[in-house]
Amino acid sequence: MAKQPPRRPKLAVWKFASCDGCQLTLLDCEDELLEVAGHLTIAYFLEASRATLKGPYDLSLVEGSITTPDDAKRIQRIRRQSRTLVTIGACATAGGIQALRNFADVDDYVRQVYPRPEFIRTLPRSTPIRDHVRVDFELKGCPISRHQLLEVIAAFLAGRRPSIPEVSQCMECKRHGTPCVMVTRGLPCLGPVTQAGCGNLCPPLGRACYGCFGPMETPNTASLAGWFAASGTDSAAIRDLFRTYNAAAPAFRRESEAQARTTSSHADDA
Amino acid sequence: MRTHTSQAADRPAAAVIGDDGLDALIRALTEAGRRVLAPTEHAGAITIGDINGLADLPRGRGDVQAPGRYRLTETEDAGWFAHGPTAEGWKRFLYPPEECVWRAEAKGASWREEPTTTDDADSADTLALLGVRACDLAAVAVLDRVLGPEGAADPRYRARRERAVIVAVDCARPGGTCFCASMGTGPGAGDRYDLRLTPLADDPGSRFLVRAGSAAGADLLARLPARPADDAALAAAEATLNAAGQAMGRAMPADAEARLKRNLEHPRWNETAERCLTCGNCTSVCPTCFCSEVEDRSSLDGRRAERWRLWDSCFSVRFSYLHGGSVRESGAARYRQWITHKLAWWHDQFGTSGCVGCGRCITWCPVGIDITEEVAALPATAAAVPA
Repeated sequence: MAKQPPRRPKLAVWKFASCDGCQLTLLDCEDELLEVAGHLTIAYFLEASRATLKGPYDLSLVEGSITTPDDAKRIQRIRRQSRTLVTIGACATAGGIQALRNFADVDDYVRQVYPRPEFIRTLPRSTPIRDHVRVDFELKGCPISRHQLLEVIAAFLAGRRPSIPEVSQCMECKRHGTPCVMVTRGLPCLGPVTQAGCGNLCPPLGRACYGCFGPMETPNTASLAGWFAASGTDSAAIRDLFRTYNAAAPAFRRESEAQARTTSSHADDA
Repeated sequence: MRTHTSQAADRPAAAVIGDDGLDALIRALTEAGRRVLAPTEHAGAITIGDINGLADLPRGRGDVQAPGRYRLTETEDAGWFAHGPTAEGWKRFLYPPEECVWRAEAKGASWREEPTTTDDADSADTLALLGVRACDLAAVAVLDRVLGPEGAADPRYRARRERAVIVAVDCARPGGTCFCASMGTGPGAGDRYDLRLTPLADDPGSRFLVRAGSAAGADLLARLPARPADDAALAAAEATLNAAGQAMGRAMPADAEARLKRNLEHPRWNETAERCLTCGNCTSVCPTCFCSEVEDRSSLDGRRAERWRLWDSCFSVRFSYLHGGSVRESGAARYRQWITHKLAWWHDQFGTSGCVGCGRCITWCPVGIDITEEVAALPATAAAVPA
């Protein structure tokens, strides 16, 4: 993170292709929100206020992925105005659920959805912010964790590195005392290849991890997918497990493509 | 640690209790103001939790354990402690996964240290650990060496440990991934217990031979409805342990330490790494894995700071981060680090094996990697190192 600037640094929150859930996490900080506002000047945050201040900004939080030619230009302008730029959420860090288009022909979608497709200017792929500009820190999650967002802001204000573990979701299950749903129930769970941080939301409710926080630091997706297959999950279902909010994160994309090849070779055999 | 005596002089060496004795035992521990922890059923597994009475103990519940697989079952006799190793051991309660170890607040231009909730030994929970298996008791002995006065002397661990009463329950039904017999840690409890219960072979679920291992244990025993143990009861307890010793699902090769030390460059490490998820489940469920990291946290205004100790794992990249990068980048290097520390370097460091044969790392590995199989796969003599 950049060195702490003098008084009341200016905060900006930017939106690209996304659902707004991650920037709402900032408003959702309730108890801490006034404290955040006390230490940062909220200079640009349209979800919170129409009043905006001109740049440059000390800290920019960027939500959403790049899906249009205009946005590809806009992120360049934002980067130039931002001393520190932090991307927040699965869209900004991995391309989001809308990156499912990356596995298809976007023109087909446009023709099916819009009566006048010639008005639509869109890019063939949804891409994370780091594919376009330098990013100082990536905060993963769909949506991001409120606790982790505050840690990133506190670290920025203190001029230290944020402490955001990149270990597996399994570590959260074990710290919380949640018995493994793979082991006790045979569920195909993405926890072992997914980064911790959500607060262990699903497994305590008996649901396997969806992978909302994207790949952990060293994801061995091939081994996990092999175990799913040996336990009776077919390759199409395994492919779909890896194709959700972080479908275009490289580790998940490669595994879903490998599963798709298996699926189509099975289809050829049939 | 507490002074342990072989038996209190004026009391019988052993007694037999039934349901009413077990009930009275839990009552006595609760009435003494202790937090009673015991096996409980939770989310499809038997794991350690708080109990308020006998009714909270699982009855007639067993389990089937295999690599990467755990299922609860009904057992034929409707007794207590019919299960194999619990989903996790007692580490969580003696050495919690997250603990604030230091706290300070800015006062004017200087800082003042503030107490954490666990600084004061009197504020630590007074625990009663009920149903501790032999493997887990051996694990407590290992942790005592690492974190107790003989080792790093973690004051919070010591406070909890010194105040805890331990009621061991010998194992009548080892699980499919158990191998304590080959580690010399079970199925009968060794030392460091206050009371030791051994299920009687003719009625393993509801009648127990009870032996005291400390003055505190003898005092407890004196308060229980019990009858003196006769020869038949002693024989029935022995029969339980003999049968359990024969029923181990697995065995660790006796020369594990030498095999590992001789095969540090064996191709097996890369083969295992293809399966290993580096997820850290094994180290988390291991009752002796003690590695932790410290994390410093600061408030938004920078006027409060805290230092937390958190469970860590040698499977994380950051674990071996030194200036410039991590020492163990590959999964192979990390798996090798874990198993060689556990089974080989631990002897050099602490004078014992770090493994107690509970088999949890086998059951709870999401892809079923088996520590006994990994050691057995290494040649007993020095391997020819491939070029």
